[in-house]
Amino acid sequence: MAHEANAPSLTAAEVAHVARLAKLELDPAAVERFRPQLAAVLGHIAKLGSVDLAGAEPMAHPFESHNRLADDVPVEGLPIEAILMNAPAVEGRFLAVPKVLAEES
Amino acid sequence: MALPGGHADLTALRDAIASGAASAEEACAATFAGIKAHGAALNAYHETFEEDALAQARKVDADRAAGRPLPPLAGVTLAVKDNVCTVRGRTTCSSRMLGNYRSPFDATAVERLERAGAVVVGKTNLDEFAMGSSGEHCRWGRVANPWDTGRVPGGSSAGSAAAVAAGLCAGAIGSDTGGSIRQPAAFCGIVGLKPTYGRVSRWGLVAFGSSLDQIGPMTRSVRDAALLLDCMSGTDDRDSTVADRPPTALAATVERPIEGLRVGMPRQYVSDANDAEVNEAVAACADAYRAMGATIVDVDLPLTDVGISTYYVIAPAEASSNLARYDGIRYGHRAAMRPGDDLAALYARSRAEGFGPEVQRRIMLGTYMLSSGYYDAFYTRALRARRRIKEEFDRAFAACDVLLGPTAPTPAFAFGANDDPLAMYMCDVYTVNTNIAGICGLSLPAGFAMRGGKALPVGVQLQANAFEEERLLRAARMLERAVAARTSAHAPAVHA
Repeated sequence: MAHEANAPSLTAAEVAHVARLAKLELDPAAVERFRPQLAAVLGHIAKLGSVDLAGAEPMAHPFESHNRLADDVPVEGLPIEAILMNAPAVEGRFLAVPKVLAEES
Repeated sequence: MALPGGHADLTALRDAIASGAASAEEACAATFAGIKAHGAALNAYHETFEEDALAQARKVDADRAAGRPLPPLAGVTLAVKDNVCTVRGRTTCSSRMLGNYRSPFDATAVERLERAGAVVVGKTNLDEFAMGSSGEHCRWGRVANPWDTGRVPGGSSAGSAAAVAAGLCAGAIGSDTGGSIRQPAAFCGIVGLKPTYGRVSRWGLVAFGSSLDQIGPMTRSVRDAALLLDCMSGTDDRDSTVADRPPTALAATVERPIEGLRVGMPRQYVSDANDAEVNEAVAACADAYRAMGATIVDVDLPLTDVGISTYYVIAPAEASSNLARYDGIRYGHRAAMRPGDDLAALYARSRAEGFGPEVQRRIMLGTYMLSSGYYDAFYTRALRARRRIKEEFDRAFAACDVLLGPTAPTPAFAFGANDDPLAMYMCDVYTVNTNIAGICGLSLPAGFAMRGGKALPVGVQLQANAFEEERLLRAARMLERAVAARTSAHAPAVHA
């Protein structure tokens, strides 16, 4: 389903959905704060609808150069200590994370 | 107003150190004395490295005394925006998310500047993750403008601009995704250069909009910008988007005026929406060019005001992807867990606590526009508009060498004056298209506007086509010389 980029009136449910997709835990007050701000920006962006884009190919990057390949030689990565020094939680030589799989009940 | 010791700019300080007329250690000590005296008023720096910096400066003096050859930036003090990675100190992006982050590597640009002898004095505050145009959205407190501490310095390279303007470093580097070097440069009365996309390696620049971001110099003069770009540009195996071109050699040519220069004046750039002094400064610069024998060319850029719409699709879309890496697992802020929380809750709470409101807004905008059903209507459409904007610049540069216009519609505004996000985004109307098209742009001081009895700098912007920095800087140097009487009439209220 395609939507036109016209000024959308965002609902709280839509903002909450986007926040879930964006992995941001928002309470209802935050959703309500963001809702008109996001709607205003999306409304402004609707200007894009008025530009004649016939024949204009999407341009994702300023310079369309070809893939650049590095020589296939092994290089030293960062030492484990350098990686772990910024980790919020560590167990031995590993990053500690909460349980990923639910326990059997 | 000169740097402590009477040096006009970074190049003058460099020359004085190289000739033995000045001591690098004394210049460095004077810089830290300035930071101690004025740091609190401006909040330009988040962290400084006095001991290391003085030790490096002493080594420069010793090398000179021993007759060893000095590299091109030997002993000059440099500030680094805190979204550029340095092994020394922290790299926080002025965000709670990276409040304690210590980079295991130096950015290529920093590595090259240090190898060229620059002494890094500290990390400067920014709008969180370089998202903002005022310097107000910083986890470590807002940054103030040295010309009027009740006003913003501009953003996002707020601390770098304030530090250079106040003489708290000889020069600085910032990053520019949609105007983040040029707009604060204009607000603080300094020179800010956004190089062509691909000129400077982005390795070690914390990614915001990867197809838009560039590191660039923020300096007291055009020749300083040339010198710093010369020392940090060029290919880099660690960034596959850097152009396959040798480092620039702009310092060698910057003093040479361009004969027969063609200056394009886009009709859309001089508008009633600008403050009168901004339009007046642009007109004065056009007159100055005319007096130097340049030809003024009328240019039509009808897509100028489509830039903001295009930018606020592409930049948030790229940001939402780039900032997905902050999940509270490998580095960055991790929220406290509650009983029953799963991994998804850890991600979502860590991100909600770690990112400030502007960053969250842009992540949500990008996520929305990249989501199923909206992707083509927003993202693909913006990429097609991007093509049109690039074509428009190509046509313009067929008829002229550089484009002249305002950097921003107004001089520095008061704190809180642009609390509405969309109003803040409009501050970048003249700068975003440079990044969208990947060309180069520079802001330089061109006059003043009086507000409440205080003089505020007004900047003008020059733009040139991709990889035309030599032309851009030579044209800028001509103008800098020609408007010197206009720009030296006032001095910042806060200065070392």
